[in-house]
Amino acid sequence: MLKGTARSPSGARPKDELQRLSPWRDRGAAPLASLYHRRRDPLQAWLLVLPALVLLIGFTHWPAVATLLDSLFTTPRGARPARFVGLANYADLVDDPVFWKALANNAWYAAVTIPVSVALALLMALAVNAKLPGRALLRMAYFTPTMLPMIAVANIWLFFFTPDYGLLDQILGVFGGGRHTWLGDATTALPAMMAVAVWKEAGFFMIFYLAALQSMPPDLAEAAGLEGASRLYVFRRVTWPLLMPTTLFIVVNAVINAFRLVDHVVVMTRGGPDNATNLLLYHIYETGFRFWDTAAAATLTMVLLGILAALAGVQFLLLGRRAHYR
Amino acid sequence: MSTRRVEMIGAWMLGLLWVLPLLYAVWTAFHPAAYATHFNLAAPLTLENVRKAWDAAPFARYFLNTTILVTLVLAAQFLVCTPAAFAFARLRFPGRDVAFALILIQLMVAPEVLMVANYRSMAQLGLVDSILAMALPYLGSAFGIFLLRQTFRQVPQELDDAARLEGSTLLGRLWRVYVPLARPTYIAYGLVSVSYHWNNFLWPLVVTNSVSVRPLTVGLAVFASTDQGIDWSIITAATIMTSAPLLLAFLLFQRQFVASFMRAGIR
Repeated sequence: MLKGTARSPSGARPKDELQRLSPWRDRGAAPLASLYHRRRDPLQAWLLVLPALVLLIGFTHWPAVATLLDSLFTTPRGARPARFVGLANYADLVDDPVFWKALANNAWYAAVTIPVSVALALLMALAVNAKLPGRALLRMAYFTPTMLPMIAVANIWLFFFTPDYGLLDQILGVFGGGRHTWLGDATTALPAMMAVAVWKEAGFFMIFYLAALQSMPPDLAEAAGLEGASRLYVFRRVTWPLLMPTTLFIVVNAVINAFRLVDHVVVMTRGGPDNATNLLLYHIYETGFRFWDTAAAATLTMVLLGILAALAGVQFLLLGRRAHYR
Repeated sequence: MSTRRVEMIGAWMLGLLWVLPLLYAVWTAFHPAAYATHFNLAAPLTLENVRKAWDAAPFARYFLNTTILVTLVLAAQFLVCTPAAFAFARLRFPGRDVAFALILIQLMVAPEVLMVANYRSMAQLGLVDSILAMALPYLGSAFGIFLLRQTFRQVPQELDDAARLEGSTLLGRLWRVYVPLARPTYIAYGLVSVSYHWNNFLWPLVVTNSVSVRPLTVGLAVFASTDQGIDWSIITAATIMTSAPLLLAFLLFQRQFVASFMRAGIR
């Protein structure tokens, strides 16, 4: 799903200020009622915010704090209650080769899928934005995978990658390629998962580029074109810089998704073979719900939260500086 | 001119490549198993695979569960996010900025990330294996609050003032002035939310374990993993079947979908 970002931290708008000082504020109501209202304003505002805040704190902030606490205790098992162990769980984590494998996999996964899907998204948007014949059909072709559940996508690609029968082996067979177990081979399994992610996401990101391209004043590119500038030059010097905020927005979402979406791993490989496709969130799922080791899962979750927090920091710095684009 | 042609061919090749896996799945789903990997335009069309899939697992129940889940989430999100967004957009109160910053944190931390701790909360609340448990972590949506707040801020203050002069209460103005004007945002957010929760998998997988609660995605995964003798025709038929409602809605209302996703993404 889309995750938004706060673009412009908003101060008080002059209009709000005016409205506050306006002499006819509250004149519609009886004087007593208006006095009552003014006194109750903060309470009323808090009541409006309360349901959302309770839900968010209950299922985001509190679990985050609980995770931190859990990561400092042992997993309670049977009659043995949890025991405070300080940073011992973190020390265990550092010694766990599967953790490092999952982290490295996730880093590779992000490093490949993000640039590829963003680049493809841009190409798709440029193609659909140009006056091509049948571009509505083309846009549909690009966007449709986005509407499919990741589970359905995983099933489709599982079949696609099937040795011998699968379309991939059949196509390669025409060119003399042999049988290949794409998902059973540690060298091809992770790239196969990357292909699935790119297929699912590129069309989604295309939408944001398309929106940005369509809101761009056409006279800019036209003027440059009249000056005799090549289209590549116009793209590099005019279009691409203007797309910068969109690119940042897309990249942030792509990074979040690279750490959040592991549905296809659950269905296609279960992290295997030999952890070749194990990603951080899948490792958390496995540790927490197949081995029921809550302490280790909490420690892993803290690492993931750390990564997301670092990402938020980078985003804040970048978007803060780029705010003048808006 | 010729570079244009090359670009056009490239765009169409990419488009073809993009629909290929899906077309392949559709082909397999609607042809007898003998033709699953064997292309022949004369191959007979059949609904047999869909029928077999439908009989092999309680998909009707799964459809019902997903429909309930999606409806519950959407209704609750509107109900919870609207007043909060309004307060953040138009009211001044002590602690507003801190509260808003707290809410924005959820934009970075999706509920799936915290599934271990959230599962324990659900266990303590006695909600494990219920539709409510699947929905709860998503009801307070930072994304929804943020999106609606941006929209409410653009409502002309004059309209608000006019309603106030007529004696409208705060909630009355929210309901009669702000909500109707934010209709496009509600539609956009609704489409994004429905497609997210129709497709959501990991948290429902963790927090459900019975047929009467399981959503379509989890049902499909269970169906495909319990050895069907790896009959791909039936598995792809089930896959297409579970994606069909959303896919059909998208194909029918393509323009609205795309516009909505755009609206939800830009601000």
